[in-house]
Amino acid sequence: MDYTSDNLFAQMGQWLVAPENWSGERGIPMRILEHLGYTGLTMLIALAVAVPIGLYVGHTGKGRVVIVSGIGILRALPTLGMVFLFVLLAGLGLLPPIWALVLLAVPPVLSGVYAGIASVNRDTVDAARAMGMSEAQILFRVEVPNGLPVILGGVRAAVLQVVATVAVVAYINLGGLGVFLVEGTQLRDYGRLFGGAVVIGVVAIAVDLLMALVQKFAVSPGLRAGRAPVRTQDSGRQKAVASAQGGTT
Amino acid sequence: MTNLSVHRAGRRALTGLALTGLLALTACGANSDPAAEPKETSGGGGSVVIGSADFPESQIIAEIYAGALKAEGIDASTKLNIGSREIYYSAVEEGSVDIVPDYSGNLLLFVDPEAAAASPEDIAEALPDALKAKSADVNLGILEPSEAENKDAMVVTPATAEEYGLKSITDMAEVCGELTIGAPSTFQERSYGLPGLKEKYGCEPGGFESINDGGGAVTLEALLNDDVQVVDIYTTTPSIEDNDLVVLEDPENLFIAQQVLPLVNLDTVNEDAQDVLNEVSSQLTTEDLIDLNRQVSGDEKRNPADAAADWLEEKGLAG
Repeated sequence: MDYTSDNLFAQMGQWLVAPENWSGERGIPMRILEHLGYTGLTMLIALAVAVPIGLYVGHTGKGRVVIVSGIGILRALPTLGMVFLFVLLAGLGLLPPIWALVLLAVPPVLSGVYAGIASVNRDTVDAARAMGMSEAQILFRVEVPNGLPVILGGVRAAVLQVVATVAVVAYINLGGLGVFLVEGTQLRDYGRLFGGAVVIGVVAIAVDLLMALVQKFAVSPGLRAGRAPVRTQDSGRQKAVASAQGGTT
Repeated sequence: MTNLSVHRAGRRALTGLALTGLLALTACGANSDPAAEPKETSGGGGSVVIGSADFPESQIIAEIYAGALKAEGIDASTKLNIGSREIYYSAVEEGSVDIVPDYSGNLLLFVDPEAAAASPEDIAEALPDALKAKSADVNLGILEPSEAENKDAMVVTPATAEEYGLKSITDMAEVCGELTIGAPSTFQERSYGLPGLKEKYGCEPGGFESINDGGGAVTLEALLNDDVQVVDIYTTTPSIEDNDLVVLEDPENLFIAQQVLPLVNLDTVNEDAQDVLNEVSSQLTTEDLIDLNRQVSGDEKRNPADAAADWLEEKGLAG
């Protein structure tokens, strides 16, 4: 488009308010929908993979070493490189780039679930067992509800990372808001480049706020912050877990 | 929501914006490495400085120019990897570099964004005046263009070419609806992209896949897998030769000519040197560039200077 100013920020403003950028299948609203769609799909797959493993490891304590080192390895993978690798291995299509994002989302979810379950006071778990609860009952009625703040913290961290990183899929054949970055770079259209980056930032913040609300209302009232903890020992443990998660809880 | 959390959210939003801006600014600054240092020796004694853009092919051609000049006893030094056209052009303009290899069409559009010339002859004819209009204080000019060209092209597999009987984009236009094109996302809006295909050839492809790897491995894989049937890749890409790909002819000059030629400062590059460079251009072909690119950018990772020296030897220009 033609800008009336050479100033980058003025160009960004003009790009953001131009009506033609807000309609059609290459417009901003459509790109936001695509962006959120890829994020949702990635999270569904990541949750399906990571939650069962996290529950198992958190409950039984088996395989902790494998999980912790595995998470470390996954976190070190460069997502853009993975996008290219999967596309080269599996060809063009929706799923190959999404797998690269799943690799990004699994570590925070997995560590959140595992740490959430492991953080539940052992006395509570033993009491449940003594009352005759089965292992499944202990897991889903005691450990999951009590560990929920930490679990959701992990999920929220994963969503934020994915929504901010999903732009990389535009490098191959998918859409989403990353398209504005790719095109802006190729055309040296800095209004589009900056504008696209700002839209991604705004979408990421909005999604994170939404997740904060979910986190607030999904957690049992008895566990919400502000209630005096019954045992100080317990609260110290939760804090340690929270800080291990990068303070996102 | 409490006041405190509103405040916190606002602060986070600001940090996010500031970070985004910072990243983008860093990205812009990365390319602006100016070759602004003045040249040590002036052009008077017949010594010349050859610059190059920041990609391997340009460096190879610059090394070829330098090698050919040295072989004729002309004192030539190189200043490679200067940057994008904006930067190396101003280096030639201010005199820190005397010769830079360039591509005729893009050079013309750089000095005159309104230029409409598309064929090799029209572009070569338009360039001298356009250069004078852009840089009136310096005597800039071009020398003889070579046959070697590096430009976007519509490329298909031999199987597709045979199936549909494709030799040129005109043939492709007849079966356009059955073909999916793979190209960078901006192909959808560039004048030589989908709009140009429609306007010049009446071709509206059945599908479009954006692949932004600069015609690299993913583009090639998609073509060979038949995920897409036509791709936009550069004519000097070694994968064209390696896979016997068919470059479709372009009779309507959808992709304007991009002949390799030297952009020179005519005041410092004397006639002897000009003759040498013209002799190089008369021998340089697109196939040579493919071959040189393969040596330097392929698995071999040869030094551009060594690859250039071999080429000069082969063409009898090594002195």
